[in-house]
Order: sequence, then structure tokens, then C-alpha cells
Amino acid sequence: MANKRLIVDPITRIEGHLRIEVEIDENNVIQKAYSSSTLWRGLETIVKNRDPRDAGFLMQRICGVCTYSHYRAGIEAVEDALGIVPPLNAKLTRSLMNQALFLHDHIIHFYHLHGLDWVDVVSALKADPAKASKEAFKYAKYPIATGENDLKAVQDKVALFVKKGQLGPFANAYWGHETYKLTPEQNLIALSHYLKALEIQRELAKMMAIFGGKQPHPQSLTVGGVTCIMDLLDPSRMGEYLTIFKMAQNFVDNAYYADVLMAAKAFKTEPSVVQKRGVMNFMSHKEMQLNRSEFLFDTGIIINGDISKVYPINEDLITEEATHSWYKDNQPLHPYEGKTNPNYTGFVNRDTIGMDGKEIHSKSIDEKGKYSWIKSPRYDGKPMEVGPLAAVLVSYASGNKKIRKVVDEFLALSGLPVEALFTTLGRTAARMLQTKAIADNGLEAFTTLIENLKVDQETYTSYKIDKDKEYKGRFIGDVPRGMLSHWIRIKNGVVENYQAVVPSTWNAGPKDANGLIGPYESNLVGMKVADISQPLEIIRVIHSFDPCIACAVHVMDTKGNDLGVHKVDPIYGAIC
Amino acid sequence: MKTTDLFSRLSKRLSSLEKLPKLDDKKSIPSVLEEKGINRREFMKWAGAMTAMLALPANFTPLVAKAAELSDRLPIIWLHMAECTGCSESLLRTDAPTIDSLIFDYISLEYHETLMAAAGWQAEHNLESAIERYKGQYILMVEGGIPSGENSFYLTIGGHGKTGEQNAKEASEHAAAIFAIGTCSSFGGVQAAMPNPTGAVALSKVTNKTVINVPGCPPSEKNIVGTLLHFILYGTLPALDAYNRPKWAYGLRIHDLCERRGRFDAGEFVEEFGDEGAKKGYCLYKVGCKGPYTFNNCSKNKFNSHMSWPIQAGHGCIGCSEPDFWDTMGPFEEPVADRLYDTVFGGLGADATADKIGVGLLTVTGIGIAAHAAISKFKNPKEDEE
Repeated sequence: MANKRLIVDPITRIEGHLRIEVEIDENNVIQKAYSSSTLWRGLETIVKNRDPRDAGFLMQRICGVCTYSHYRAGIEAVEDALGIVPPLNAKLTRSLMNQALFLHDHIIHFYHLHGLDWVDVVSALKADPAKASKEAFKYAKYPIATGENDLKAVQDKVALFVKKGQLGPFANAYWGHETYKLTPEQNLIALSHYLKALEIQRELAKMMAIFGGKQPHPQSLTVGGVTCIMDLLDPSRMGEYLTIFKMAQNFVDNAYYADVLMAAKAFKTEPSVVQKRGVMNFMSHKEMQLNRSEFLFDTGIIINGDISKVYPINEDLITEEATHSWYKDNQPLHPYEGKTNPNYTGFVNRDTIGMDGKEIHSKSIDEKGKYSWIKSPRYDGKPMEVGPLAAVLVSYASGNKKIRKVVDEFLALSGLPVEALFTTLGRTAARMLQTKAIADNGLEAFTTLIENLKVDQETYTSYKIDKDKEYKGRFIGDVPRGMLSHWIRIKNGVVENYQAVVPSTWNAGPKDANGLIGPYESNLVGMKVADISQPLEIIRVIHSFDPCIACAVHVMDTKGNDLGVHKVDPIYGAIC
Repeated sequence: MKTTDLFSRLSKRLSSLEKLPKLDDKKSIPSVLEEKGINRREFMKWAGAMTAMLALPANFTPLVAKAAELSDRLPIIWLHMAECTGCSESLLRTDAPTIDSLIFDYISLEYHETLMAAAGWQAEHNLESAIERYKGQYILMVEGGIPSGENSFYLTIGGHGKTGEQNAKEASEHAAAIFAIGTCSSFGGVQAAMPNPTGAVALSKVTNKTVINVPGCPPSEKNIVGTLLHFILYGTLPALDAYNRPKWAYGLRIHDLCERRGRFDAGEFVEEFGDEGAKKGYCLYKVGCKGPYTFNNCSKNKFNSHMSWPIQAGHGCIGCSEPDFWDTMGPFEEPVADRLYDTVFGGLGADATADKIGVGLLTVTGIGIAAHAAISKFKNPKEDEE
């Protein structure tokens, strides 16, 4: 019997536009999977010929969700090119803003983007609030928003939705799906936290706005430093940051951590989230400066899931190719030599499984040809997974004590083996563990900043751009979705070339010329789907990566010109 | 219009809204508020603030409150085009807790890709059925620029491979009102900056219907929510400037109410980031602030529940609510007169903009500094008239 084909497009609750297609055999097991980005914007083309000082502002607009990552990357790539070292106060302020981003981004992802894959909102209606209130104490010492009255209020609110048949954003989802594993009481707890997190995220966004002026798209970084000197010298301002940070710590400990622990216990027998699948290669870069020299997360590569060894990153070995991407040139090239000429070949007509399980006429991707706006990055020819799981694994394998502590504690509490990290459940847990590590350790950067401000108020390093000189430089770091790099060349005082190789490109890219598939695709192959008209398992797997597709699509030139071949060796050295 | 006329017109408008079929017949306004844990006093406080923001007299407060209460009858369809989701994120930051609760519970969010639980065919179905069910009644909010015409393939959505342009056109056709949220859907935005490799355009270029632009990168949460309320109050479009921006939000320049305006008038400028002037909060004009050329209410309402705004954080305004600001306002850290390279600015920037409201700016006296001279070089249409 021929395989059936399923399309999930749009993948909602992500940033950007993503389509997933899978082929399913007669037992509903996924045989082939295809990840396709259906939007291209071209910011790397637009930044060319502009003032390098503007690059950060422009690149920031890659994404309004990780609304600080590309901004900092754009600024620090220019600093690297010009050989500027910003003052310690600026570095630490950037670190504080970065912590605000991680805390905000991971919490909003778990509750508002990923949460509904784990939590059955309708089931929560059947819960006994009194029982649920007691249940909450199994996972947290001081549970948040889970008093009997709180939970009753949440339940009434949802009951109203259901009664009037007006579910708003909750409408027409996969409620009642057999792979939802939480009890009604557990669902109610999580639902209460979903609503609470809507309040919390607003506060966490303020945390970035204190030093950033606003969020999304903060505006206080400048090449050479930061501009928020008045806020740094204002103790009441520092107090505001500290207060929200402590509120975040409380929420992480007593809601986020607790809910992931609860889900880990409930879902540990659900094959679609605990089967070990994927590319098993992980790459991560050091991040989150805590003091003058120490970072919370480490740099390195893990191959074939072997955490007994961590390899250093050799930037020479990074390539991208476009065999199955909507660009002309297929050969693997280093980012400095990237070519990106568009070659859109569109969809093919095919019948696929529709909403009612019957076949429906569809536009389907042509997997033998090109099928995505995302390219396929490879390291030494291998696909790599990047993201919180990679960050946690690399630091864990490197013997990082702070990370080992949070990971080992979680594994002990949940009763899961280390192996369980290499799964969808593990990936979701790793994001929480990364958040927990930041909540536990981040204030060291705050304290160091206060100490330093007593003796040093520098926030900016002066520089000049010599129009007669050529510069090149890059940023590499780890952002909420994983390892990010920006590469810039400056000539005649303007941007000559710009490339961003982003986390979601590593994870969401299509197969390469050798038929090797990337993390999204390989994490779907082999998974059984319970009900082909309700592919909840598929979106759960994909959401565990926290897709950021506007970030992932690449540079091009519609006139069909090469964007320039640059014979440049990557620059080595630490960027912070 | 006299305020008494306006008052009776608004009252009439609200009574007519009240007669529309309710989404939930059994619910009364007081019970709704009670369910949300919002007491009347808190709510009226907010309505008062909104009234002031909409530049209406204080006795309009009860009408504003009523308008907010009636907003549950408005289904919302929110579409994502070529965008970064920053505008959706901004909406999520909506001010006082009680109000964001109101928005999420009482505006029926029928389609919003970042928030909705449904995916795939089920999501597509939600969009189609909302358009059908609420024909002529829903508000369409669009985020993102739109690759259109022969470039429309740069964005497709759904299993039928429809282009973003098609979706935007179809949803526009039956909308009661259309808001372009953010600079991308208002003016094309960052992807439409030179050389605009995807041919991205503003929403108003792909529909014949009137589009109210709520620009900003992103617009503040208050401007998004306030625009919705304005529609409910008037039942017609708000007063708009030449770029179809609501005057109540985009009527004044950043510069007009800037907290550093006194420093500008006194000739006190930050000369370089990190200098003594920066520590003292001097004016940021010389390090590139575009506040004098930018129409928006940031200096009044700020962002993130009044937490801050760019100028408070020591960086100049980049002009993000102006058309083509990426091409006309850069380099962002230099005064416009000192640009490094040619752009398409050609005198058609913010200074020549809108319908010349609030052009009393820059009538500074006795400054005697280079910055002022640089500004004066800039053609000011109002001065020409006078």
C-alpha cells in the first residue's frame, strides 16, 4: 500500500511561516519527513551598502520574538571587525538584557507556544479544583496560582468559553487527543499557569526595557557599548531589575520547573515524545557572561550522542548548501563564500490527507527537487542540532558544575535517565533547565556590575571607521534558539557583505546532496501518529525546537547576481 | 465638531452597537467584569486614561468605558505576512493586567497564528469560517509587508499553497475595518527597504479598501489597543493624517513632548555616547535622534507599561513610524544633515509629512548652536506657508 501524505501548514504558535510534510505507512509510522519554510525576506541583502553602525538595528528586525539576539549579534560583529572591546559595564549590561530575553522567551515558549501540545484545555474542565490544588504540591514547594479558589476561577473561565462555543484562540485544536497524558487536575494546574504566564511575560519584558528602552526591539546598544548610562547610575532602576528578576526566579522554581517535572512524569511512557531520534550531533557556543571572565554555558560539539567527549568548534568546517532549497547554486560553501541566487520552483499537485482524514487536493512540496527557503548548514558535512538541548548537553559533558547541578537534580526528581534528554521531552526539559540555570546564577552578573560601577562608569569605547580600510569580523554566540553567527565585511565605510547563520537554519533545513536530513526531519521519521487527521505528535515535536522561521531564511539577490565570493579566513577568538 | 455634537453622535453609535447580536446572550457587562476580578473603580480609572489619550474631554469617560465593554462583539482576524512577529509581541505586553484580560476574553481572536491552538488544515478552516460567519463584522489586523504580484510566491500559507497576498485580499474584502499593524504592513517596512529584494509592499497596495495604518517597529501596545477602541467609538475611521495614521496617536512629533526637550532648547547635547552629557541626560540630536522628524506618541506614553522608551535609555529615536524610514533616516547615529551616503530621502521625509499638525516645533530661539543650523537646512513646509 502506498504511503499517505500529510501536510501541516501553517505550523502555528511559532515565529514565521513553516510547513511540514510527512509520508506515513499503513501503520501510521512516519517514513519520510520534509521541513519547508514558505517565506523569504532578504534582510542580509538590504543591509548591504549601509552604514555599519546601522547593521544592528536592521538585523534586529530579523525577529521580534528573540528581539535582542540579532541586534546584539549585529552590533558585536561590527565591534569584532573594528577591533573594539566595549567596557566591562557594557558587557555586563548586555548580559543582563540577554538574561531578560532568555527568561522571557523560554517561559513564553513553554506556556503559550508549546504548552497546548502538552495540556488539554478541555480536559481541565473535568478537574476537581481541591484535588488539583493538592496535586500542585507534589511538584513545587510553594506552587503559584494553584489555590483551590484560583483553580476554580480558571475552570469557570474556560467553561464559559466552551459553553458559548466561542473558543477564540483555543478553537478547533486537537483536544481529547489520545497522546495528551496529564490528568484533568494536572491540566488545570498547567492551564492556570498558562494564564498566569501571560501576566509574567509582560513583567519580564519590562526587565529588558529597563536598560533597553522598550521591548520588543530594544534600542540602547551601540557599536562600542551601551547608551543607558543614566539607568545604570540610578539605584531605583537597578532595584526594578532586581525585583523582576526575583519574581522570575520564583516563577521558574514554582511553576515552570514544576510543570515540566509534572509533564516529564506523565509523558515518560508516551513513545512519540520519549523515543530517541534525531541527528544526535549537537553544537553550542559559550554564552551568558557572569563576571569579568566566566560564562554560564560552554562551547563545543558532541558527536553521535556521545557525551563522554566534547570537541572544539572549527569554524572552517561550517558550510551551507542549497540542493533542496529554492536557490540556484547547490555546492556546499563556507558562509563567507555563500551564494544565494533564487530559483523558486513552487509546489506540485497531489492528494493528501485533509482535516476529516479523507484525501484532499493540495499543493505539495517536490521533495526530489527544491522545497524550502532555508538552506542546509552542515559542520564537517554533518547535520547538527543547536538550541537549549545542545547548550545543556555541551556544558554537561564539559563538566560545567552549575549545569551539572540543575540537570542531575532534575533527572533524580523525574526518575529519567540521561538518555531521556535526547528526545522531544528532553529538549523541552533542557529549555527549562537552561532557564533554571540562568535564574539560579544570573544575578552574579548583576552583582559584578554594581561592584564595578563603584569604581568605573565607562559604558562606551570610542572608535573611528577608516573609509580607506577593509574590515571583517563576526559574532558567534548562543541565543534562546541555539548557536547564532553573523559575519560582516566592511569596505569604503559601508557594509560590503553580511551573512547570518541562525539556529533555526541548522535545525529546520531540508536534506542535503548526500540525502542527510536535518534535526526537524530526522526527529519525525520513525514516529507513529495516532490519528492522521489530528497530527498533534508532529506539532509537538516541531514545537520542541521553538521554530523561528523568519530568522532561518537566507540572503539572496533577485537580479540573479552573486552576492560576492570572499576569500577570507574566518577570524578566531572569543566574542562576548 | 463641537464636543456636544460628538457626544450625542457617540452615544447614538454605542446604542446601535449595543443592539447587535451578542456573542453570549446570557452575559451582562457587570457580570463580565466581576468574573474577571475587575472592580468598577479600576476599570473607570483606565477608561479615564484612555479618554485623555484619545484627546477627548473628561465627560466622555463613560462612553469610552462603554465602548470597551462592547468590544466583545468584535471578532478579530490577525494575519501574519512578511514580518518578525514583533507587533504581536507588542500586543501581548498590553498595559494594565485587567485590560489585557479584557482584550483576550472580550475581543474574539478568531485567527492569530502565534497564539492559536489549531494548526494546519484546522487553522485554515478557522480563518475561512471566521470570514464567512462574521462577514462585514470582523476587524482585520495585518502584521507584515506583503510580497505581491509576480513576487507573491515569496510567501505562501496553508496546504493549498495560497499566497499571503491572496489571503490578505480575501480577508480585506469582508472586513468591517482594516488596521495595518506596524510599519511593515503600513508602509512595507524593513523588507521593502532598498533594494526591496522580495518586492514587499504595504497592505494598502493590495486592497482597494481603506486601511488605517498603525506604524511603529513595533507600535506600542497602547497604539494598537487605542486604535481598536477608536473604531468602536466612532463606527467610522478616526481622523487620519496623510499617511492614514490616526491623528490621536501620530499627531505630534516625538520632539514635541520629549523629556530631553529642555536640554535641546538650552543647547545641551550629548556629543558622543558615554560622555558627561550622556550621564546628565542631555539632548541626543547630535548623536542622531530623529525625534524632530517623527510623528508618534512615544515621548508621552512610552513602552512596556510606561517602563521606558528609547530616548530615556539614552539612544536617539530612529524614526520607526515614518514611511521608508530605513532609507530616509539612516545613519541612525548621525543628524540627518550629515548622512554618509545618498538615499532616496530627497526632502520627502517626515518634515514634509502628514497634514502639518503640530508643526510649531523647532521654533527654538536663542540656541545658537550647530545643531540648530543643521535642522534649519531642512525644508519645513509650514515655514514656507507662513
